[in-house]
Amino acid sequence: MEVETQYTQFDSLNLDCGVTLNPVDCAYQTYGQLNTNKTNAILVTHAFSGDAQAAGIDKDTGQKGWWDNMIGPGRAFDTDKYFVICSNVLGGCKGSTGPASLDPATHRPYGMGFPVITMADMVRLQKKLIESLGIKKLLAVAGGSMGGMQALQWAVQYPDAVAAAIPIATTARHSAQQIAFNEVGRQAVMADPDWNGGEYYIGRPPARGLAVARMVGHITYMSDESMRQKFGRRTRENDDIFEVESYLRYRGSQFVDRFDANSYLYITKAMDLFDLTHNGDMTLTAALESATTRFLVISFTSDWLYPSYQSQEIVNALRRRNHDVAYCELESNYGHDAFLVEVKEQSELVRGFLAKTFKGMNR
Amino acid sequence: MAQLAVHNDIISKIIEPGSRVLDLGCGDADLLAWLADNKNVDARGVELDAQKVQRAISRGVSAYQGDLEECLHDYPDEAFDYVILSQTLLEVRQPLKVLKEMLRVGKRIIVAFPNFGHWSIRLAHLFTGRAPKNKLFPHDWYDSPNIHFLTVHDFEMLAAKESWTMERSIYLAGAEPLKLFPNFFAETAVFLIRR
Repeated sequence: MEVETQYTQFDSLNLDCGVTLNPVDCAYQTYGQLNTNKTNAILVTHAFSGDAQAAGIDKDTGQKGWWDNMIGPGRAFDTDKYFVICSNVLGGCKGSTGPASLDPATHRPYGMGFPVITMADMVRLQKKLIESLGIKKLLAVAGGSMGGMQALQWAVQYPDAVAAAIPIATTARHSAQQIAFNEVGRQAVMADPDWNGGEYYIGRPPARGLAVARMVGHITYMSDESMRQKFGRRTRENDDIFEVESYLRYRGSQFVDRFDANSYLYITKAMDLFDLTHNGDMTLTAALESATTRFLVISFTSDWLYPSYQSQEIVNALRRRNHDVAYCELESNYGHDAFLVEVKEQSELVRGFLAKTFKGMNR
Repeated sequence: MAQLAVHNDIISKIIEPGSRVLDLGCGDADLLAWLADNKNVDARGVELDAQKVQRAISRGVSAYQGDLEECLHDYPDEAFDYVILSQTLLEVRQPLKVLKEMLRVGKRIIVAFPNFGHWSIRLAHLFTGRAPKNKLFPHDWYDSPNIHFLTVHDFEMLAAKESWTMERSIYLAGAEPLKLFPNFFAETAVFLIRR
């Protein structure tokens, strides 16, 4: 499946912080066909470093989509049945408006002048995109990690515009540990002199800092077991470095080529700010009160970055309202990365859940 | 017909179309999937075994992976028309607490279990002097999931003590219903109860 990113622009977007962005760009891809009733649309939401290319092979780069094994003909998100949409998040650096975009007021990149954004803001932009495609109600919103946060946010923010939510390996509020890892990443970026207060778009980007940030990230995405299996204590041939060191360095340097350091700061902050309970102002059960969607919540046994108890918190809050929710903790050694890797089991769950939702929506 | 299939058959006849049903220990959701397809029920299940939960969800049933004894208190009062506990009563740690919780979250509850008072169990115990093992209780004592053993009579005494209303009491020998001396002749029993 050869795919291509499309771009659209909206006049304005009001943000939680009170600022209005105008205009705002949104990069997206679609797979499959929208049915005549427009009841088969699924929004797939990407994780921290993802982009609009969720599936297929990019016709220019030859790159595979980040959830290609889950989206396509006959796959979990079956493009023979469903119309699948994925967009780059607000604050990103892959075609949607973010800190690297030009500020129309100054004609220079926003840099640190970009407003603070939230999960709700990202979802607001996605809602505009969905409306522009003529879709009133999504069949489902599905995503892992930060994508799962967006799925939850959708259910709370636009309950009438989505029939089902599939939050995977995620949380309803970022924990101290999750914030801590993000802060290490941000400090690594900002400690790099090339970061220059975010003003590096005409000079050198903070490549060393961003690479270190990414290395920390990758450790948190794996598990003790998966690292032992993948690297053990092996060293590289004719080299004094451990396999794991080499891997992290490679991942770090590769990331620098495809990601903007300021986007790193803004998006990790948006994750840290994410808390459906508004800092404990309300219970999670109360926070989910407006939600009318069905839920399929999935977690993984070895995921210590977004541990199962956080998914169970969501599920239990929903059960307290006797909400329609399915939950499964899948066995996996892959740590947080499992949501990208454990295709077979996830596919079975998603397929059955979507089919049931589709039946209900088209009754 | 196996015990489970017989009970599923009886339970599926009891449940009215369009009901909200919670099945505790729902397994692969055989019963719930059938009820959803044929009686248009809102089907929810609780199951501890991850692989069974996976199969249940893949069949379109909203199953929750968790311990039924830990999760019941989360459900609001009278959230369901029927709460089912089939085969699992013998395995729960605190049967009375579970039954009371079921009666809180369900308007009616359905409980099915094998009868430890059946004549074959009594005779086996009397003549072999060993823990009974037969088609009703197929496990050796050391690998049985069952931690409580009760007779039909035991259950009815508890129901009387708690003043539960027994709307239907179905005693079975195989798939056949029977009326006389159920505590001696019933292999299994299915009860429909309300507070």
